[in-house]
Amino acid sequence: MRYSGFKILKEALSGHKGWTPAWRNPDPKPHYDIVIIGGGGHGLATAHYLASKFSQCNVAVLEKGWIGGGNVGRNTTIIRSNYLLDGNEPFYEFSLKLWEGLEQDLNYNAMVSQRGILNLIHSDAQRDAFIRRGNGMILHGAGAELLSADQVRREYPFLNFDDARFPIKGGLAQRRGGTVRHDAVAWGYARAADSRGVDIIQNCEVTGFRIENGTCLGVETTRGFIGAGKVGVAVAGNSSRVMAQAGMRLPIESHVLQAFVTEGLKPVLPGVITFGAGHFYCSQSDKGGLVFGGDIDGYNSYAQRGNLPVIEDVAEGGMALFPGLGRVRLLRMWGGVMDMSMDGSPIIDRTHIDGLYFNGGWCYGGFKATPASGWCFAHLLATDTPHDVAKAYRFDRFRRGRMIDEKGMGAQPNLH
Amino acid sequence: MIINHPLLGPCDAQEFTYLGDARLIDRPDGMAGGAEDAFYDYAYLRDNPAGEHRELWFHEQGDRSWLVVTRNTVTHEITSVELARDVARKQGRGV
Ligand SMILES: Cc1cc2nc3c(=O)[nH]c(=O)nc-3n(C[C@H](O)[C@H](O)[C@H](O)COP(=O)(O)OP(=O)(O)OC[C@H]3O[C@@H](n4cnc5c(N)ncnc54)[C@H](O)[C@@H]3O)c2cc1C
Repeated sequence: MRYSGFKILKEALSGHKGWTPAWRNPDPKPHYDIVIIGGGGHGLATAHYLASKFSQCNVAVLEKGWIGGGNVGRNTTIIRSNYLLDGNEPFYEFSLKLWEGLEQDLNYNAMVSQRGILNLIHSDAQRDAFIRRGNGMILHGAGAELLSADQVRREYPFLNFDDARFPIKGGLAQRRGGTVRHDAVAWGYARAADSRGVDIIQNCEVTGFRIENGTCLGVETTRGFIGAGKVGVAVAGNSSRVMAQAGMRLPIESHVLQAFVTEGLKPVLPGVITFGAGHFYCSQSDKGGLVFGGDIDGYNSYAQRGNLPVIEDVAEGGMALFPGLGRVRLLRMWGGVMDMSMDGSPIIDRTHIDGLYFNGGWCYGGFKATPASGWCFAHLLATDTPHDVAKAYRFDRFRRGRMIDEKGMGAQPNLH
Repeated sequence: MIINHPLLGPCDAQEFTYLGDARLIDRPDGMAGGAEDAFYDYAYLRDNPAGEHRELWFHEQGDRSWLVVTRNTVTHEITSVELARDVARKQGRGV
């Protein structure tokens, strides 16, 4: 079923009786060419691009809960490509271009909103670093704009410009950045993949791998053994647990990141703002709530909830930047479990086990990567070669000293 | 979270900074054979279990001791707290 303005009108006039489910609910087949573990944004995007770009339709996505119940539905929905390093910037720019054409590609309204992102500058050193980053972005065609304090004031007059510790001295803007309706990303990819014959199997947890003579033959699940020519793992914060079932240790720790949303307000915040010095970032959802977050809780955790000290810390950061926030009621807060890789960058690679492929380590920034991650993982699964823009995301980069330290803070996951 | 310090009694976890897996105490010998592999493993790879985890916490805003805390990463329940010094000694290291 295609969605269109005409279809909506027709349904409106005929009592909305013609809508059908967006995807099937099939039982698992005994064998697939490719099995993807994890029905989050990345797993579903991989399935979509496998089917639409690489003609691989004998594919299943296995999800232990319901699709979109993981980080793809828990994040603060920010997309951007304002990275610095060669290993990263082309990848994230590829992703942003895919976001720009996503709704047409999927025939699904994902509410991609390029409302712009602004990284605030609070010191001369930060300005220098952002000028360098902006130039890097311009060289890669991503676009960047350096704003003076006065220009920032015109767009965001209510910010605290004269804070003694972190006065606002300007900002680096990427106008093409913005937000996307997160659940719609999972649903849109699921629907598009399903329409090409991909089986999306929910309530199906992978509990082990069948590996013989160094080759992966399929997966053990709560719904029985499922054979596979190739298995791709894309389970976000659960990477270590799942790969441990294949006997692998990863350069990854699991940490909790919290997010917050306030009561609905009239439009106050035109774009996304980030306050890197104080660890706070904020945007306004289309329903009017201010959506914001800050740092990770700071210790290994698989609890999908956060703790009070970080709530206080984020609230303090928010108040320092945006004093008006103190008048607003907080509606909800929640946490998601993320892979924190040892250099803060992701991994998309094959493993030493034939037929077993891995996609993970997305840290706090993997939502914006969803389309490119799916495309590059599909490329790797279908062709056994890495995609050009994901060549740096190898397992062995730590061993070879080729880490991608985007934050320049060393080889530790506790980058804070 | 409250960490029950073996010398100072219950302290708020906010007084501490976190380093990670307690195996970081076992720094490999850089002069031994296979040191390259041992250091790769030591510096980058982690078990990262969902459940019981032994980890290093530094009492930065307290007595500046290092503790080995055994904590459940799913429930945050803490079952044991030892001085890192004692743990290293039990392994035959330190003075
Ligand atoms: C609070 C918060 C805010 C964030 N904000 C942003 C942001 O603004 N911008 C940004 O770019 N990124 C952000 N991120 C990061 C981003 O959300 C993640 O990096 C990204 O969504 C992870 O990929 P995913 O969507 O595929 O993961 P998930 O949606 O978590 O998908 C993984 C799936 O695997 C399933 N699974 C796990 N184990 C098994 C198993 N054994 N068998 C079967 N299925 C299994 C899980 O149930 C889950 O559905 C944020 C993260 C959090 C937590």
